[in-house]
Amino acid sequence: MAQSARIRLHRYVVVAVVILAVAAGAAGAIAWRPSMPPIAPPDRASFAETEVARGAALAALGDCAACHTAENGRPYTGGRGIPTPFGIVYATNITPDPATGIGHWSLDAFRRAMRDGIDRAGRHLYPVLPYPHFTRATDDDIAAMYAFLMTRAPVQQKAPANALTFPFNWRPLLAGWNVLFLRPGMWRPDPSKDAEWNHGAYLVEAISHCGACHTPHNLLGAEQGGQALAGGEAEGWYAPPLQAGSPAPVSWNADALATYLRTGFDAGHGAAAGPMAPVTHQLATVPDADVHTIAVYVASLMPSGPTPQAGTPQTAATGLANPAARSVADPQALAIFNGACGACHGADAPMTRAGAPSLALGTAVNAPTSRGVVDMILHGLPWREGHAGPYMPAFSAVLTDAQVAVLATYLRARYSDRPPWQDVEATVQAARRQGGGT
Amino acid sequence: MTAVLSRRSLLAAGGGLLVFVAIPGEPARADDVPLPGSLKGTPLLDAWIRIGPDGVITAFTGKAELGQGLKTALIQVIAEQLDIAPARVTLVTADTARTPNEGFTAGSHSMQDSGTALLNAAAQARLLLVETVATDLGVAAETLTVVDGVVHAPGGATHDYGSLAAKLSLHVRAQPGGGLKDPAAYRVMGTSMPRTDIPAKLTGGAAYVQDMHMPGMLHARAVRQPSAGATLLRVDTDAVARMPGVVKVVRDGSYLAVIAEGEWQAIKAMRTLGASAEWQETATLPVQADAPALIRSLPARDIPVLSWTNPAAPAVKRISARYTRPYQMHGAIGPSCALAVSSDDGVTVWTHTQGVFPLRAALAQLLGLPAEKVRCVHVEGSGCYGHNGADDVAADAALIARAVPGRPVRVQWMREQEHTSEPYGPAMAAEATGALDAEGRIVDWDYGVWSNTHNRRPNVGGLLLQNAALPTPLPVPPPEPIPMPEGGGERNSNPIYALTNARVVSHFVPEMPLRVSAMRALGAYLNVFAIESFMDELAIAAGADPVTFRLRHLTDERGRAVVQAAADSFGWGKPAAREPGHGRGFAFARYKNLGAYCAVALNLSVEHETGRIRLGRVVAAVDSGQPINPDGIRNQIEGAMVQAASWTLYEQVRFDRRHIASTDWSGYPIMRFPAAPESVEVHILPRPGQPFLGTGEAGQGPIAAAIANALHDAVGVRLRDLPLSSERVKAAIGV
Amino acid sequence: MIKLTVNGQEHAVDAEPDTPLLYVLRNDLGLNGAKFGCGLGQCGACTVIVDGAAVFSCLTPIALLPGRQVTTIEGLGTEDAPGPVQRAFMTEQAAQCGYCIAGMVMRAQALLAHTPDPSEQEIRDGLNPNLCRCGTHMRILAAVRRAASSLRAAAPTKAAAQ
Repeated sequence: MAQSARIRLHRYVVVAVVILAVAAGAAGAIAWRPSMPPIAPPDRASFAETEVARGAALAALGDCAACHTAENGRPYTGGRGIPTPFGIVYATNITPDPATGIGHWSLDAFRRAMRDGIDRAGRHLYPVLPYPHFTRATDDDIAAMYAFLMTRAPVQQKAPANALTFPFNWRPLLAGWNVLFLRPGMWRPDPSKDAEWNHGAYLVEAISHCGACHTPHNLLGAEQGGQALAGGEAEGWYAPPLQAGSPAPVSWNADALATYLRTGFDAGHGAAAGPMAPVTHQLATVPDADVHTIAVYVASLMPSGPTPQAGTPQTAATGLANPAARSVADPQALAIFNGACGACHGADAPMTRAGAPSLALGTAVNAPTSRGVVDMILHGLPWREGHAGPYMPAFSAVLTDAQVAVLATYLRARYSDRPPWQDVEATVQAARRQGGGT
Repeated sequence: MTAVLSRRSLLAAGGGLLVFVAIPGEPARADDVPLPGSLKGTPLLDAWIRIGPDGVITAFTGKAELGQGLKTALIQVIAEQLDIAPARVTLVTADTARTPNEGFTAGSHSMQDSGTALLNAAAQARLLLVETVATDLGVAAETLTVVDGVVHAPGGATHDYGSLAAKLSLHVRAQPGGGLKDPAAYRVMGTSMPRTDIPAKLTGGAAYVQDMHMPGMLHARAVRQPSAGATLLRVDTDAVARMPGVVKVVRDGSYLAVIAEGEWQAIKAMRTLGASAEWQETATLPVQADAPALIRSLPARDIPVLSWTNPAAPAVKRISARYTRPYQMHGAIGPSCALAVSSDDGVTVWTHTQGVFPLRAALAQLLGLPAEKVRCVHVEGSGCYGHNGADDVAADAALIARAVPGRPVRVQWMREQEHTSEPYGPAMAAEATGALDAEGRIVDWDYGVWSNTHNRRPNVGGLLLQNAALPTPLPVPPPEPIPMPEGGGERNSNPIYALTNARVVSHFVPEMPLRVSAMRALGAYLNVFAIESFMDELAIAAGADPVTFRLRHLTDERGRAVVQAAADSFGWGKPAAREPGHGRGFAFARYKNLGAYCAVALNLSVEHETGRIRLGRVVAAVDSGQPINPDGIRNQIEGAMVQAASWTLYEQVRFDRRHIASTDWSGYPIMRFPAAPESVEVHILPRPGQPFLGTGEAGQGPIAAAIANALHDAVGVRLRDLPLSSERVKAAIGV
Repeated sequence: MIKLTVNGQEHAVDAEPDTPLLYVLRNDLGLNGAKFGCGLGQCGACTVIVDGAAVFSCLTPIALLPGRQVTTIEGLGTEDAPGPVQRAFMTEQAAQCGYCIAGMVMRAQALLAHTPDPSEQEIRDGLNPNLCRCGTHMRILAAVRRAASSLRAAAPTKAAAQ
């Protein structure tokens, strides 16, 4: 089993490299890009405060801090390792420190990085930086983000070298990747839709890059064409579809989605978990209108159905917040649930009675894969210093793989009417290997 | 709130200032020979110390160990004055059947009250023992020495305390000031003796009321009303009564509880019972964010605190500011717990209350029993920090135990019960106006503070939580302010500084939108935060260094010494190179202007992108009078500062218009380890022979103001509303 | 009857399988060290070690435990012969009310078992699940640092003895 997996991986690497090399060769001229002249770090006074403020909102909408901040690190100073199928890419320092950050970057250099994935020195950036999305952003918005970043306090901190397997550590291959997957050009509004919808669509596609996690990726790490927002994964966590395939048992509407995006919680659906939680922390800082337009756009992609209003009491009143759980006869699972989960998720638990939705409303328990539920059980929801909000203890230390599988299987049977998951224990093993504690 | 109100005049020394202090108090009776500390109320020596014929020494205190190290400190006092090894002292703490009535263990009074009483009682007991030998031998008492409870005569003869105690009675009145040792000769007091209670706590010994087990003991849990005044309409008790292990369901009006053989069985039954209960709720709560402003606007009774009027130079600058704090909770890590057993003889309750005697009175009323039929025995609980759920859970245990006579019942609150039912520290507001003359001296000061009462500790049944749920509730007494010089909301509203002109008014607000009572430091937390923030604002307005500015207005020599010590230890005079986002702050107060002096200097950094404050080096200097256990003082001051740093950075009770939303730690976040300061140092200024000064509440106000002052120094914004949350900091510093 | 191994001793416990370990330790086995703090995995007062990992005993139903090794603070030492972590907490007088302390010791014990030479950040992150309300944080941190160095100092001797 392990050996055949290795053979498959080997074959896959060979195929991938050949494809990239051919593509790069076919477009040989663009594999090399010139460096841009360094500039002296600009003064804060050279930027309009309104532009810096707009840039702050865009940086939050784009969630730059999530990747460009290390665990316990200072915002935007980089150093966070982003796991990819090809190894670990370390996010760079994007404070205006001349030596280790982007202090010498001109607006032109910054714009080229955002649009083409080329750094100031002319090297290809890995598409972990979602430049295939940022390439759709307007010049004004890129300039505003530049203004924001260049007015941060410069911090000298060098990111660790990437830990990528050969040959993916050879950057010119990315020229081939770009030929295959980078579609240049700004985002274009849909004239048949209103301004709000279009603004939301623009933010989702060009700035917030929701598809980077919520769209399935191909073997070369690119979002699959025609599958936009059809569900993917993020740092091992299940990222549900944000379109017709949404497994949410209660349909999202714009208000509920906006609440969720701003607060990390919606009474009809539950709490943001894994890498989505920090996204919501960022969105809490941007103007309501921006978040609302995102919600309007995304909700328009998802199936409509019973649409309870946002907030707690209404969903409870419609009976949707706490649909009756079905009884499942598995004494071991029941004992685990009662003793480990019931204090919060039991029908009579204080958290439930204070308005937390039934697990039956969770996206994860209704998803086609057990991964979301397994990740939640193993890793929980971490504390956020000084902030009231959803928390769940991690159970990875106390539950064996088999016990997690028993519990996940039980939750599926008890809280969802969809078919049982297959190979849950293998999913647990994979989730444990990948870590995923965010 | 305290059994003993010491009458003091607050004369600011020097400067020829005339100081008026409005202190409601009793006139001193001329014929009284004042006894020190709690000897006033309990003057007989054998109420405090008994020596058995076997030499066993038992001491009694009406105060309770609340985790503050009280027992160890009192044992040191007794051992010192009696000249015995500390290990020989058995200390009995608060028990209505055995110990003196010393009211509440509160207000940092334990060492002043009980420590002073035991100091004198032990000294006089030793004197009586030594004099017995002197009389027998016909020698002068001064020629005798005592080594660990054995009196040595010049000729080599020895007499141990046990045999001597048989010959004399300690059932005698204490005399003022007799037999005390010269502080220079102290060998036990003033040393950092290890706490006697820590080894058991580290090895799983039975250390808390939560750990008590009794033969035949049952476990019970109450189902709380979901909001204040809710009426129980329907509940399915039959289904719960049939659950495994359930012994009985108790229902009395809207009071609901369940008793089971096992603890987990009781919890499951309580959840099921709670889920089947239907309530009619009527409570309306204010809008959370507006709570301090609401308190500011409610009808108030104005109580003048002080008014000083003197000639002064003309004012050239005048500034004003308003400061607020939200509702905050004690939040003990261990939810409140009590045991009770009921029989024809009455009810005995094991409780971690702060006041066994007042609780006895309250329980007796609630149960309809004469007070002598109720015994309350203090057993340590989880950290206290004021009036938390301790008394109310004792009422649960007593009410429930009546349903199963003869069987001990243990009740522990669930986390959400502790979080939502404990009385909170009140939301408050304060307003200050100050004027400076051309020399940068304060020439006028105007200060007002708005607050509910800070004392709803139950001494009558109507103040217990359960009262409102019972079919015929007892009358609830109206809230009352705590008079100065201790004060409740106005505690520490009287500045320690020598001000030429000042007016301070306490606006006592009787209406209580949320249930409130005493929380550590009471009003001093907000008042010191406000006054010491405002002193910083005035110093900046005067263009003066904050420490220099304080010293300019401080004539109290011990206060000056503490300020100087904190500044020197911190290196205030040698500031490091300024880094963006880094700042330092200073603050100082004397708790109640009667207790310990505490000055704090600290540095911190602010993460610009998030507004998150990182505490760096924290340095405190403290004068607690004669130190009994210096490490105990350090531990108390460290704890006060770290706990209040958590209050200051994070804490506010959350609620909607009907329910408390802070049902657990995810809804009421407090400081966790990654956010603890980089370092904390406490420097003690020992004052041998000086009276003990309460220490446990000296640090909370100063740390809060020092953080706000350092925040201003770091990023140039002044935050006056607590908590200084990262959102508020970020909003203030902008992009 | 469910079989549990606690501090090396086997016990047959007559309790419902969903009963959290905490209540069995305290009420059936007479082990007071682990404390009820929240019952929600938020404060760590109930922390014990299961198969080398620190866990919340309040959320560990005994059904999970057959065949696994449970260690409580009673298993680390006694008042007269405290274990190295307990001794470090005594030396630093790292307690005020002390209700959280047994959980702190167990959390630290598990941390030091796999991170014998922790950085300050690792200690603080390692203790993150546990709450102290008295503000004893600085002493607890000092105690964990002291325990780490005493364990490291003892380690070579132990290795040599084996």
